[in-house]
Amino acid sequence: MKYEAVIGLEIHSELKTNTKIFCGCATGFGAEQNTHVCPVCLGLPGVLPVVNRRVVEFAIKAGLATNCTINKYSKFDRKNYYYPDLPKNFQTSQYDLPIAEHGYVDIDVDGEKKRIRLTRIHMEEDAGKLVHSGTTIKDSATSNVDYNRTGVPLLEIVSEPDMRSAAEARAYMEKIKSILEYIDVSNCRMEQGNLRADINVSLRPVGQKDLGTRTEMKNINSFKSLEEAIEYEIERQTEVLEDGGHVIQETRTFDAAKGITLSMRSKEEAQDYRYMPEPDLPPIITTDEEIEAYRKGLPELPDARCERMEHELGLSSYDAGIITSSRAMADYFDEVIAEGADAKLAANWMMGELSKNLNAESKTIEESPIDAKRLGDMIKLITNGTISSKIAKDVFSAMWTSKDAPEKIVKEKGLVQITDTGELDSILDEVIAANPKPVEDYKSGNKKAIGALVGQIMKKTKGKANPKLVNEMLAKKLSN
Amino acid sequence: MALYDKPAHVLHEMLAKKEISSVELTEDVLARMDKVEKSIGAYITVTRDDALRTAEETDKKISSGEEISFLEGIPCGIKDNICTNGIKTTCASKILENFVPPYDATVITKLKQEKPVIIGKTNLDEFAMGGSTENSAFHATHNPWNIDCVPGGSSGGSAAAVASGSAIWALGSDTGGSIRQPASFCGVVGMKPTYGRVSRYGLVAYASSLDQIGPITRDVTDCANILNIISGHDDMDSTSSAADVPDYTKSLVADVKGLKIGMPKEYFIDGIDEDINNAVRKAIDELKAMGADVKEISLPHTAYAIATYYLIAPAEAATNLERYDGVSYGERVDGADVVDMMKNTRTQKFGDEVKRRIMIGNYALSAGYYDAYYLKALKVRTLIQRDYTEAFKDVDVIACPTAPTPAYKIGEMIDDPLKMYLQDVCTVPLNLAGLPGISVPCGYSSNGMPIGLQIIGRPLGEETVIRAAYAYEQSQNFHNDMAKIGGVDA
Repeated sequence: MKYEAVIGLEIHSELKTNTKIFCGCATGFGAEQNTHVCPVCLGLPGVLPVVNRRVVEFAIKAGLATNCTINKYSKFDRKNYYYPDLPKNFQTSQYDLPIAEHGYVDIDVDGEKKRIRLTRIHMEEDAGKLVHSGTTIKDSATSNVDYNRTGVPLLEIVSEPDMRSAAEARAYMEKIKSILEYIDVSNCRMEQGNLRADINVSLRPVGQKDLGTRTEMKNINSFKSLEEAIEYEIERQTEVLEDGGHVIQETRTFDAAKGITLSMRSKEEAQDYRYMPEPDLPPIITTDEEIEAYRKGLPELPDARCERMEHELGLSSYDAGIITSSRAMADYFDEVIAEGADAKLAANWMMGELSKNLNAESKTIEESPIDAKRLGDMIKLITNGTISSKIAKDVFSAMWTSKDAPEKIVKEKGLVQITDTGELDSILDEVIAANPKPVEDYKSGNKKAIGALVGQIMKKTKGKANPKLVNEMLAKKLSN
Repeated sequence: MALYDKPAHVLHEMLAKKEISSVELTEDVLARMDKVEKSIGAYITVTRDDALRTAEETDKKISSGEEISFLEGIPCGIKDNICTNGIKTTCASKILENFVPPYDATVITKLKQEKPVIIGKTNLDEFAMGGSTENSAFHATHNPWNIDCVPGGSSGGSAAAVASGSAIWALGSDTGGSIRQPASFCGVVGMKPTYGRVSRYGLVAYASSLDQIGPITRDVTDCANILNIISGHDDMDSTSSAADVPDYTKSLVADVKGLKIGMPKEYFIDGIDEDINNAVRKAIDELKAMGADVKEISLPHTAYAIATYYLIAPAEAATNLERYDGVSYGERVDGADVVDMMKNTRTQKFGDEVKRRIMIGNYALSAGYYDAYYLKALKVRTLIQRDYTEAFKDVDVIACPTAPTPAYKIGEMIDDPLKMYLQDVCTVPLNLAGLPGISVPCGYSSNGMPIGLQIIGRPLGEETVIRAAYAYEQSQNFHNDMAKIGGVDA
């Protein structure tokens, strides 16, 4: 029997507010343990939460950017469960009236467009971090709690089970990441846990409507793990079903080193969270005017930007897709062309040399030693004929290690193209005299033979001759 | 001359006129405490040295000719569920037996600007759950009018301290009557302000949507003055009211001409003690004689208030008390693993009444029961609120008993929690509706125990409540009566 995978994601995204969701503590990553804490986020007796308005603002923006309906009456609830990293033993979250619901995003996998529906987006507080003496809480003699992360604001973005493959799940998560980056609400640094996903996977015979039994993989924090976990799980469940067995509804962990999922706890032990409206916080009321103001304040989103690059700037859909996948990349691109650089050349250089060099040094585009202005200026030197594309690679390398403007590098290294017809004239004559064979071939009608002559001239000028000019001059000379 | 038996406004005048010093006053109250505390047990922690140090500072100020604020230099007690920076705050629970908060509750921050002499933290039912102060994990508090009787609760320590002279005034908290009922049992004045009038930040939560801090005093004048100081919006409490705080002392006017007073018929029914019924009716007649317009009203959902309260309060309590797990503060009882440790800690360190309410609350919130219990209780709560909204269309205040009986014997109801819960019948509806209410002494039962008249106001209607209470008080002399403590004063 042929099976179809059904995949849904719950994405947790830490918001980049300066302070925590219910108190004034800083949210910064990597601080010394238990230094970003106060009575409120430590859950001491008697404390009360106060909502950080920026969190609500960010959540509404995320809702609008993913085509959700914003609930004008929303509230916080207490989700009760005991765990030592949760100081109050309840998480202040949202239950039946989340801030945003019923949205969607469009993804593109191998040229095929697909719409993924969002069930809801809600706000909640993050828990602290357990530091074990062993590897897990069970095999540790002692465990310590670092409360720095306690109360860092999170958005939980829940999708409908609309994805059918690991590639679709990845494309969906990439789209969510890019939207959150575009609207500037999360740093989305997966390696720092800013963005992580719980994945639900089930299988069903192709054509069947009802969903199969699902398993859940928690806290996946890289795209690679996301794909591997889903692929492994599909394969594992297929085997179980083909052997006539039943998939057990359970939570599984993904072992990234081994690339496999392992059973963690079955759903029968699932907890009753005993949700209760948070009595310490009044409901969150949002007016139509506020929602409209947030909507108007949204920046151009990845899909719109991609379309603009394709249709107005003439980029291929592939190039436009890659450049707009991250806001930083798209902003960089827009700056390059704002300098007056050609859009296609800009795209080629960004996806070629620039990406190659950044990857080699594991740098993000924000950390690029060559800023958009310098790259734009360099590209203009190509378009106006000052340097050839070949020479431009040398200029690019020089720019990577110095802060000099491309014009200065070209000048100092004497890389300016030879466009002086007088200077070229004598070189051309020398080459024609030294190469009678291609000259003969050209004259007898093999126009391609001119290439050999151009090659010789470029060699003699160390690539500095303007190839277009050389071609024109040669054609003129040989037709005489 | 004894000083401990005078209200704060009298003592303030005496201090300002340099007739007495704050050290003298503080020493007098501490001496009284030393004398009565063995019989009363109003305190959990006494901060004698800090108190005398503050008193000395006040005296320096006075002698240098500086003006002092109303509460400055006057000894007070603070209920031990209100966080005090550097002073143990136990909630009368073993689980917080050694807990010293690193911060002050907002009310304490406000009070400290006035420099009162805090002489100690007063006893209560564990986590404010109870009506007799017998549920304290440390010791029971005794009623100064008859040490065999309970002082009421949960602010029994605060009420008994004020009634016995071991504090001039005190702060309490009221979730279902915990200020008013002990005030009534101990013959003092106790007020629960409108929900949100006083910041709850730093009040250890029992039931967040019902809890409210308020004063327990010798008379209504002190009550109004203290309310002026502790009221107001707090950025740290999102449920605190943004409304301006009026000067409540302007309502200390002995005039109720034309004031419309409602007598809810549901509060004067069977089960109300005969002495209470008579004393409260007599008090209302007194107000009528002074020119108030009294009429009978109906609050038809009163009968459901107890059931509603005992679902909502435990549900909130169940989640509020989850944090006491032995992980990062409070007491810890070790176990084989972390789950075991949490279980042992909570099993051994919470008292029976607290566990009972946690279980009721979790039951009411659990899957499959939520709609039938918790959600339904929320709906009935709305109906009860509506009763009052309707009633206040016709009347300015509502007058009724504070408690259905006078103080009863210690141990009398401890094994019958349901009977004890029924004691809250006159007080819980206000908490459910968020209304202000005061209890003022209005007489004695045949066996000499004090009786309280409860006056209820509209939301943020403290001024009218104070005016009615003050007018009644001034027409009588009960507020000048001091309990004669058996074996001490007799």
